[in-house]
Amino acid sequence: MILNFFHNFGRYLTMLWTAFSKPEKFSMYYKETLRQMNDIGVGSLTIVGLIAIFIGAVTAVQFSYQLDGTLVPRYYIGYIVRDSTIIELAPTITCLVLAGKVGSNIAAEIGGMRQKEHIDAMEIMGVNTAAYLIMPKIVAAVIVIPMLVAIAAFVSVIGGYAAAVIPQLMSEAEYIQGVRSFFQPFNVTMMFVKAIVFAFILTSVPSFQGYYVKGGSIELGQASTNAVVYSDILILLADYVLALLLTQ
Amino acid sequence: MIRAENLIKSFGEHEVLKGITTEFYKGKTNLIIGRSGAGKTVLLKLLVGLFTPTSGKVWYDDTDFFALSKKEKRNIRMKVGMLFQASALFDSMTVEENVRFPLDMFTNMTSKEKLTRVNDVLHRVSLDEANHRYPSEISGGMQKRVGIARAIVLDPEYLFCDEPNSGLDPKTSIVIDELIRNITVENNITTIINTHDMNSVMEIGDNIILLNQGNIAWHGDNSQVLGSENEFLQNFIFASPFLQRLRNSALKKS
Ligand SMILES: Nc1ncnc2c1ncn2[C@@H]1O[C@H](COP(=O)(O)OP(=O)(O)OP(=O)(O)O)[C@@H](O)[C@H]1O
Ligand SMILES: [Mg+2]
Repeated sequence: MILNFFHNFGRYLTMLWTAFSKPEKFSMYYKETLRQMNDIGVGSLTIVGLIAIFIGAVTAVQFSYQLDGTLVPRYYIGYIVRDSTIIELAPTITCLVLAGKVGSNIAAEIGGMRQKEHIDAMEIMGVNTAAYLIMPKIVAAVIVIPMLVAIAAFVSVIGGYAAAVIPQLMSEAEYIQGVRSFFQPFNVTMMFVKAIVFAFILTSVPSFQGYYVKGGSIELGQASTNAVVYSDILILLADYVLALLLTQ
Repeated sequence: MIRAENLIKSFGEHEVLKGITTEFYKGKTNLIIGRSGAGKTVLLKLLVGLFTPTSGKVWYDDTDFFALSKKEKRNIRMKVGMLFQASALFDSMTVEENVRFPLDMFTNMTSKEKLTRVNDVLHRVSLDEANHRYPSEISGGMQKRVGIARAIVLDPEYLFCDEPNSGLDPKTSIVIDELIRNITVENNITTIINTHDMNSVMEIGDNIILLNQGNIAWHGDNSQVLGSENEFLQNFIFASPFLQRLRNSALKKS
């Protein structure tokens, strides 16, 4: 089991090493990266937006319940919604969801190409398949996912506003005062660092699962599931490690 | 020229190839024949480096292929074209995009030059009308021809074909054989073909090896097939009683 882990981890690193080598033809990689940015970014906007609204709304409602009857001023809720989404909820929940959406897609796409000998056919042509199939996906994700996360954070604050102000848990002025209090730019940096790391995980791990898939459609299904499960676990692990490192 | 030197390949306990030493010549259609499961595909994949041999060497002219770095291997592969047993066309690309892919990846041609080249090779394989169709929308024989077109679009020096005519009717099969033969001779390339089609053996077998149980059971060319007394060869080529009677009467006449 442990031996197996190190074996796979070694293969994962080797794959990444090969993936980040010089492209045969820059324009092909560029085109592929743009396509992936469109698929990952534009393709995920709706779901990310939808999730973000609810993250903000739920945070607002629950904290106003928790703080009810305490001495904590109510405008704090705006502040809490803003910071908890920026620091934790927007990057983590968005990326967990994207691991399911984008990650399973990547594993299935690359795994299908492996099984149908498309990867072999490209290798015979002289294409560095690890690079051509994987690098554009990782690069695209690392560029686009932080943007999605930023959008998610912004939309969450609006979601919080809707959930707090419309049912009159507090006044509009209070919520906005909260959102504008105690702002620390470093938290935004933290959000982007997390988003970049998570984006890397949720594209590279599924790529690995797909690239080395064997067998048939059952194995392809398993690879796709494993891609999501391992990405999710690694994202949460990385979340913890980053929290430790960045809040010291 | 490509040379296999004592190639051994095992999958776990199962030794599929038990020491293959042979040469494949330039400007000739070299055939690997043998029953289903004899190891033809495995041998072909070893020769192109998709499998690593358990032991043994593969020489491309004077170059020891498996001693090369990944990058050097890729440089050799740019001179290699391969038709896969299941065609392996990229199914989300049209026929034209499939054939153009190697050009996109490795040349600096303008899109107009690429289109001309693509149309040239598609014409070569008699597929003038199929540019904008998807692999799933064309017949198996057409897919094979697209596979050949894609394999030759960069003017390879080495061409590998895994069962170019399996699943095709005899007429189409002959057309494909002739196509490969002509390309081989005109471009003076080293072509290696896996087949168990006896028409191919007789028509384009410039140099034939017969695989049986992981060894080379017979080696020769098509002119020697009929007269050979090799039991494995006769059982393989003249597999049915009908073909055996045909052979006997042919031998009597000559
Ligand atoms: N990836 C693999 N893993 C394990 N065994 C394999 C693998 N590929 C091939 N084999 C085994 O090698 C043997 C030869 O297979 P191969 O595909 O080379 O046959 P073939 O001569 O090409 O047959 P066909 O004419 O049916 O295509 C078979 O017994 C097969 O089980
Ligand atoms: Mg085969």
